[in-house]
Amino acid sequence: MTVVVGWTADARGRAALVQGAHVARLRGQELVVVNATTGTAVVDDRFAGASALEEVRRLLASLGVDAEVRQPVVRDVTEALLEVADEVRATVLVIGLRHRSPVGKLIMGSTAQRILLDARCPVLAVKAEEPAR
Amino acid sequence: MEALLEGLGMALQPENLVYAVVGVLLGTAVGVLPGIGPAMTVALLLPVTYNVSPSAALIMFAGIYYGGMYGGSTTSILLNTPGESSSVITALEGNKMAKTGRAAQALATAAIGSFVAGTISTVLLVALAPTVAEWVVVLGAPSYFALMVLALIAVTSVLGSSKLRGFISLALGLTIGLVGTATGQARLTFDNPLLADGIDIVVVAVAIFAVGEALWVAAHLRRRPLEVIPVGRPWMDREDWRRSWKPWLRGTAFGFPFGALPAGGAEMPTFLSYITERRLAGRHRAEFGKGAIEGVAGPEAANNASAAGTLVPLLAIGLPTTATAAVILAAMQGYGLQPGPQLFEAEPELVWTLLGSLFVANTLLLVINLPMAPLWARLLRIPRPYLYAGILFFAVLGAYSVNFQWFDVALLGLFGALGFAMRRFGLPVLPLIVGVILGPRLEEQLGQALQLSQGDVSALWGEPVAVVVYVVIAALLLGPLVLRLIPGRQEPEQLEDEIGALEDEVRS
Repeated sequence: MTVVVGWTADARGRAALVQGAHVARLRGQELVVVNATTGTAVVDDRFAGASALEEVRRLLASLGVDAEVRQPVVRDVTEALLEVADEVRATVLVIGLRHRSPVGKLIMGSTAQRILLDARCPVLAVKAEEPAR
Repeated sequence: MEALLEGLGMALQPENLVYAVVGVLLGTAVGVLPGIGPAMTVALLLPVTYNVSPSAALIMFAGIYYGGMYGGSTTSILLNTPGESSSVITALEGNKMAKTGRAAQALATAAIGSFVAGTISTVLLVALAPTVAEWVVVLGAPSYFALMVLALIAVTSVLGSSKLRGFISLALGLTIGLVGTATGQARLTFDNPLLADGIDIVVVAVAIFAVGEALWVAAHLRRRPLEVIPVGRPWMDREDWRRSWKPWLRGTAFGFPFGALPAGGAEMPTFLSYITERRLAGRHRAEFGKGAIEGVAGPEAANNASAAGTLVPLLAIGLPTTATAAVILAAMQGYGLQPGPQLFEAEPELVWTLLGSLFVANTLLLVINLPMAPLWARLLRIPRPYLYAGILFFAVLGAYSVNFQWFDVALLGLFGALGFAMRRFGLPVLPLIVGVILGPRLEEQLGQALQLSQGDVSALWGEPVAVVVYVVIAALLLGPLVLRLIPGRQEPEQLEDEIGALEDEVRS
């Protein structure tokens, strides 16, 4: 029985992570953080480097949650996340959403939508904190 | 001098200026991207030469060549992954500097050093090339033959880890160059009329550099992404300037002659420059390995100086010493221009415009690189499948446009597979491409020499210059063996070991 967080090294990833840690602590369950990449670009901003990873470990420690961080290099990020959720028999899958323009939705597939439709466990979707205007 | 000013004037004309800008932008971009280099880019652009004037195309290619040297350093410093082989050494100190928060200074010393070295070396090039051309023009066919043999041997045996692999690659190249009809005889055409005219160099170059590399990357597509070190606008303070200017000059002194030698290339002088700077560092010695600015300034100056140096034998003798120079030579041949001493007499306007444009390209590069280095690093976020799909598309288009027949596309696939296999088995590409280009010209000179002597082979060593060149070739081939036999004299090996250790350090 585990809480799985789909984490990206940006604002919405952080929101998902904080929420996931919260849920895990409330339920007294373990936390698995998945930060996947396709590894096709030389640089992927959403894939955490050493410093971002260190920061997250400290954040989780300060929240008092025991977490395992996985960073797989995979063909399909969505599939990888769902596989991990199946593998650890997740009770809930936490993901971060971002605002998308209609054109953006038209051109690019939505990772979030595919997770919502394909996941076999409840999905908790979190939005990044909007910057104050 | 007057000719140079006229050339500068020509280079500054709007049309030529546009090609120079396009060249340096493209060059910087491919320099930044690991795996895509100036040789591949120029090869992909060879078909452009069918529609563009020779001076415009050469200005663009020279811009790409110079730009590639600039761009490679950005990736080395911010990512610890050299964008080009000439920037491997830059990563040693450059990335350490970036990690300690001095990325801006590392980028600045690389860009300004490249500019200083590029400008000095281009001045040297302008001064030297016509003189060399005048000196070479009186040589007969036997001497040319010897010089080309020297270039082939040097490119094959001096660079790279294994001489055997080098010679295998050279043999492949010479064989490809043999295909076609010479003196009425069909060779290696397999009775195929489409092969009777030989294989177009555009097809071979595009296949080896673009298709081979694309297949190689596709085979290693998924790698753990790297972290870019964030950086602001590059700048240096007084202390950095004080520590950089001498390494710039010393790097130039290493780079230019090495580039001009037949076994040139940029790798060797950057290694030597780094080792020298470390030795001369004095009280900054302890900083080496932790991010010493001298270790960035020297090698970066060296690789740009060598790029200019490469143009001396290319323009004055018609000998290419690097992959990019080889492809540029192919472009010149495509225009029917005979590179070498005659070029200065037959096409003075073209040559001086090209030389003038080098100063323009160098200045443009400083302007676009100094403020925009962090912007260029953004190119690294492009997913490789998009990039290589584009490259393959242009490769096929280029191969097809040579003669508008499917046969060339089939050849492209064949040689692309060869290029992939060579990368897989560690065969260097440079001897192959130089072999393909120089092979037929070598034969031409040999034929001419034997014709004049009416078949007397001894004519081949009948000119003093030829004899000297053969002695140099013998020294090149036998030197390492002899040195190994003399006990206590292990210096070349030591240097090679040191280079190997440095390379390991960068890769780890």
